Amino acid sequence: MHRMVIEAPLLAKKVQPGQFLIIMADEEGERIPISVADWDASAGTITIYFLEVGVSTMKLAQKNAGDGLYAVVGPLGRPAKLAKYGTVVMGGGCYGIGAITSIARALKEMGNRVIVITEARSKYLLYNREALRAIADEYIEATSDGSTGIKGKVQDVVQYVIYREKVDLAYFIGCTFMMMNCSNATKGKGLRTLVALNTLMLDGTGMCGVCRVNVGGQTKFACVDGPEFDGHQIDWLGVFHRKSMYLQEELLAYQYHSCRALRPTDQEGK
Amino acid sequence: MEGGPEKGRVPRQKMPEQPPLVRARNFNEVPLGYSPEMALLEAGRCLQCKKPTCMTGCPVGVKIPEFVKLIREGEFVAAARKVKETNALPAVCGRVCPQEVQCEGSCVLAKKGEPVAIGHLERFCADYERRTDQVCLPVKAAANGRKVAVVGCGPAGLTVAGDLILRGYQVTIFEALHKPGGVLVYGIPEFRLPKEIVDSEIRYLQSLGVELRPNMVVGTSLTVKELMGEMGYDAVFIGVGAGLPQFMGIHGEELCGVYSANEYLTRANLLKSYRFPRYDTPLARGRNVAVVGGGNVAMDSVRTALRLGADNAFIVYRRSIEEMPARREEVHHAQQEGVQFKLLTNPVEVIGDERGWVKALKCIRMELGEPDAKGRRKPVPVKGSWFDLPVDIVVIAIGTNANPLLTSSMQELKLNEHGYIVTDPEGRTSVPGVYAGGDIVTGSATVIQAMGAGRRAANAIHKDLGGEAGPPEACSGTLQP
Ligand SMILES: Cc1cc2nc3c(=O)[nH]c(=O)nc-3n(C[C@H](O)[C@H](O)[C@H](O)COP(=O)(O)OP(=O)(O)OC[C@H]3O[C@@H](n4cnc5c(N)ncnc54)[C@H](O)[C@@H]3O)c2cc1C
Ligand SMILES: Cc1cc2nc3c(=O)[nH]c(=O)nc-3n(C[C@H](O)[C@H](O)[C@H](O)COP(=O)(O)OP(=O)(O)OC[C@H]3O[C@@H](n4cnc5c(N)ncnc54)[C@H](O)[C@@H]3O)c2cc1C
Ligand code: FES
Repeated sequence: MHRMVIEAPLLAKKVQPGQFLIIMADEEGERIPISVADWDASAGTITIYFLEVGVSTMKLAQKNAGDGLYAVVGPLGRPAKLAKYGTVVMGGGCYGIGAITSIARALKEMGNRVIVITEARSKYLLYNREALRAIADEYIEATSDGSTGIKGKVQDVVQYVIYREKVDLAYFIGCTFMMMNCSNATKGKGLRTLVALNTLMLDGTGMCGVCRVNVGGQTKFACVDGPEFDGHQIDWLGVFHRKSMYLQEELLAYQYHSCRALRPTDQEGK
Repeated sequence: MEGGPEKGRVPRQKMPEQPPLVRARNFNEVPLGYSPEMALLEAGRCLQCKKPTCMTGCPVGVKIPEFVKLIREGEFVAAARKVKETNALPAVCGRVCPQEVQCEGSCVLAKKGEPVAIGHLERFCADYERRTDQVCLPVKAAANGRKVAVVGCGPAGLTVAGDLILRGYQVTIFEALHKPGGVLVYGIPEFRLPKEIVDSEIRYLQSLGVELRPNMVVGTSLTVKELMGEMGYDAVFIGVGAGLPQFMGIHGEELCGVYSANEYLTRANLLKSYRFPRYDTPLARGRNVAVVGGGNVAMDSVRTALRLGADNAFIVYRRSIEEMPARREEVHHAQQEGVQFKLLTNPVEVIGDERGWVKALKCIRMELGEPDAKGRRKPVPVKGSWFDLPVDIVVIAIGTNANPLLTSSMQELKLNEHGYIVTDPEGRTSVPGVYAGGDIVTGSATVIQAMGAGRRAANAIHKDLGGEAGPPEACSGTLQP
């Protein structure tokens, strides 16, 4: 997982929890959506987290402190619906651990009881632990190998939490698979569940329709109608299909670029 | 073009083109442009009518007989400048305007079937001026201390910026995408409008002092209120185009391999997918591609599909070829290149395979029924005439709607029932100081209409901010050495 701090004063002044950016690493690059994890309006900076999964995230990972990005656009998407719900259970996996942070903080500030669960394969992949521990009323970690916290995934821990106490809202951000499984876990109880979809995107302004998803039988554009949607209404199979559209090309592009590239380690860019 | 020329008469000069089968596999421009000799011959065909009808067909009133006369006299650069007095983007318009229904359609010689090739001549002189490096900057009026913000960098916004910068305004363009040009860069493909031309027009505006702010989505990154408030702009022009793609609402549209034309063309043009993996953005290359629609957007999509290597590229259109809204030249080019037209055919379902990919487009045949209110005959389905067209890519090019991203951030802005901005004939919106023009007012239209709207709005802004009336300094201005 890479953390990057971007200097973008205008954005830092505007952004609200749950919104995202479109970033282009260089002129030949893709326009990729990345969630805003945190920001500092007075310093004029924005913090993002990303996982190197393909060419675009590889190019971001190769940036050094002080380098520039070709394009940063935002804030995009509807902000998270913040309200006093009561008790909110939040789950984060992968980049979602970063992405839920500011939403958790805002929900807490509005007087909710906030339970945060994070998941990773192993302890060393968890991050943002201090920040989340400080925000949450209860902070639970889950690892697949049991190296810390509960052995398992968010979907398992959530079931335990909603069995244990009355919860008013569930909120998940992570890979599509994780969000689907977690939504399924809360469905039986009819617990209101929100997820932030990470569909393919291009412009992020409603102009192309690549991000369309079927929610409750209606076509929605994730970039302008979302990314937050009711996890129980989403046509998950459709989401998976559309996300797989460029698997072959992604692999080709990754090979094309990585054979020449030097891979620097985790770093903080500015 | 039937029959030969009359004796002693020069026929309309045909512009040389790349041969169809060669060009159908590359992204280079199709028409190659006139040579000076051809331009002289063609300009010589103009009758220099006392009461020229061609000009009435031009939405911005280009002084056609005058510029054609200059070409005839070999004054190519002067001709280009004559066009620029009323049209800031002649190299673009010469390539993409529907001349057959505008200037050339109103040319006296059109009645005999061979109008003067005004579009080709316009393109020729503008290209000549640019290629020979003779583009000069006009003299700007003295700075008047006023600031105008232009939102959206398509033809409408570019025109407003160009007109006002010359009248002494400080002008900033805010554009959502990373590259300026609007549809000229993200929609219309390289083989029809080389991006180098759009780039040079934009550099020209920048050298006049227009400031460009890409990656700014007005409505979220900034609001119009902030522009007029703390940022101190005296007026705002909204030219954000009609960006929201329409889908057909039929079963299977969510399948992999189904694109809106906006997505398909944006990937190909703006993000240069045709050069993948050199450029990172992928685009599925189908063997069999169906494009639904009959406008310029559909023609651009289907010809792009061919160039990306499709074996079979189909146009699926529910009316007949006469009703197609595309420019004649584009339809003709598509036919020459081997595009297959499935006319009087309407898609009813996209059929997918088990991996969620398109397998076929289920269609029904149509026949033309009674004319509707606009006189267009309405297509009606022929009972039981379904058939499957086996394809792996479907591109939907049936039009766009108004994108509410900006307008929904301004409650006080008056919209019509379809979400387009309501303005007076000069482009004033319901909000004082805010003007609009182009596709976001009219719905999808043409480059030249957007430019015309931009010109009117620039005049209105100038008038409302207390400027002197009269022809824009912009265009009549003398040239710097
Ligand atoms: C609103 C929104 C917010 C997002 N926020 C973030 C964020 O904060 N941090 C972040 O890292 N990503 C985020 N994503 C996902 C991110 O956009 C993709 O990871 C990115 O486009 C990958 O580009 P790439 O070229 O590096 O990889 P690609 O070449 O596009 O993909 C490589 C492989 O990774 C898989 N993959 C793609 N996305 C994901 C994913 N999200 N999880 C797991 N596998 C994936 C692909 O299926 C493919 O197999 C967000 C997406 C959306 C829509
Ligand atoms: C594929 C295609 C082919 C065409 N072919 C022809 C042709 O051959 N001949 C012809 O005359 N016409 C053609 N047209 C139509 C013509 O291009 C349009 O009518 C014209 O471009 C409209 O100009 P505009 O300035 O109103 O908007 P656009 O050109 O659409 O430009 C609007 C700009 O605003 C930006 N924007 C949108 N929202 C925001 C926001 N919130 N903040 C900041 N910026 C924003 C957009 O990114 C875009 O750059 C074609 C259109 C398409 C799509
Ligand atoms: S990303 Fe293009 S419409 Fe959502």
